[in-house]
Amino acid sequence: MLEFLDMGGYAFYVWTSYSFALILLGGVVLWSALQSRKVRVSTIRRAQQRKRKS
Amino acid sequence: MYRLAGRLAPWFGGLCLLSLAVGLYLGLVVAPADYEQGDSYRIIYIHVPAAWMSMFTYVVMATSSAIFLIWRLKIADVVAEASAPIGAAFTAVALLTGSFWGKPMWGTWWIWDARLTSELLLLFLYLGYMALRGALDTPQGSARAAAILAVVGVVNIPIIHFSVEWWNTLHQPATITKLGKPSMHISMLRPLLLMALAFQLLYFHNLMVRMRTLILSRESRASWVAELNVETGN
Amino acid sequence: MTPKRKQRLILVSVMLCGVAAAAAFGVNAFRENIMLFHSPSDVAAGAVKPGKPFRVGGMVVDGSVERHQESLDVHFELTDYDKTIPVTFSGILPDLFREGQGIVAMGAIDAAGTFEATEVLAKHDENYMPPEVADALERAGKMPETAATYDSKTVVEP
Repeated sequence: MLEFLDMGGYAFYVWTSYSFALILLGGVVLWSALQSRKVRVSTIRRAQQRKRKS
Repeated sequence: MYRLAGRLAPWFGGLCLLSLAVGLYLGLVVAPADYEQGDSYRIIYIHVPAAWMSMFTYVVMATSSAIFLIWRLKIADVVAEASAPIGAAFTAVALLTGSFWGKPMWGTWWIWDARLTSELLLLFLYLGYMALRGALDTPQGSARAAAILAVVGVVNIPIIHFSVEWWNTLHQPATITKLGKPSMHISMLRPLLLMALAFQLLYFHNLMVRMRTLILSRESRASWVAELNVETGN
Repeated sequence: MTPKRKQRLILVSVMLCGVAAAAAFGVNAFRENIMLFHSPSDVAAGAVKPGKPFRVGGMVVDGSVERHQESLDVHFELTDYDKTIPVTFSGILPDLFREGQGIVAMGAIDAAGTFEATEVLAKHDENYMPPEVADALERAGKMPETAATYDSKTVVEP
């Protein structure tokens, strides 16, 4: 296991690269999901209120 | 379109996670170390798929922008706008992981060779596109301006692709080409292709999610929106 | 297709062609500047004046690397299989530096014709394989050729 984590001495470079990918790509996915939820709730609520009034 | 995107998104997401898990396992655990670069070459499993997707996403963005400019199809504009952030993320990942691969192997974090410079230009094209979308006062105006930028910027794609052949670069030529045998051992190639598939699915998943958000906010005054369930959005 | 759409299609195509042509001209004009490095043949042909810093790329000649005992000074020869130039360097070499390996060095030619490098970068090739496979190929004399990347005239088939 330690040998695996060491990556033949290149641990720093390999794991930093994978972390960057996780942070950036995971970040976009998470941000999109949160934004989607926010827009969905507010837009649909407002549309329903408008419908009830009319 | 809104409903279709909602139905497809979880499928893309699930398949992405599956291929990601298998690809990472094969790439990090099963695949042997390289004869020259040792374990450092394992960065390829995110670097190359990210670089491919950075170009693929741009081609999608430029094509749909051209369709929007010519036929004024609103959905094409939605595809282009939804693609930009994930494309920028792919480009940033390709550049950063390339840097962390270049340092131990080449001996430098960065060099202004044709491949690296044109990929950096791609990142600026994405960022410029996103900035332009919010910059102008009228939504139609900014959509059109951003679409023109996306179409014009597509010229950079062949430059990125062929830079390693046209010029002397520190970056090595392509390992995997359409014609000819890939210059990579099969045990190392399999995880690479799986990771490429995973990144492709990640793009489509994200595209579906972002398209739904954009359609909903653009069509907020349409009557069908009031019929949707707040919790599920369907 | 309506006339208006046709007009827009033509407009977009013309715009794209214009930008592509401009890019092609620009790229062609700066072809030399975009080249990251010169080959030893260029240097031997006198493409660069002594004292002017530039990059040179080539293969480290087998058996030519001499390391100084106490310091980081290293001397080796660089070739493109046509001309060979001597190189001196003092500093830390990248992990991939070895005999027979492609490198790119930054520095200048001194009066005696020796390239004094200030920075040495390793250029690796596009081949990836496990060590056992590399050994087997080596024994069979079937190691993939990488020298082609050092000659800008050689077109590597995509």
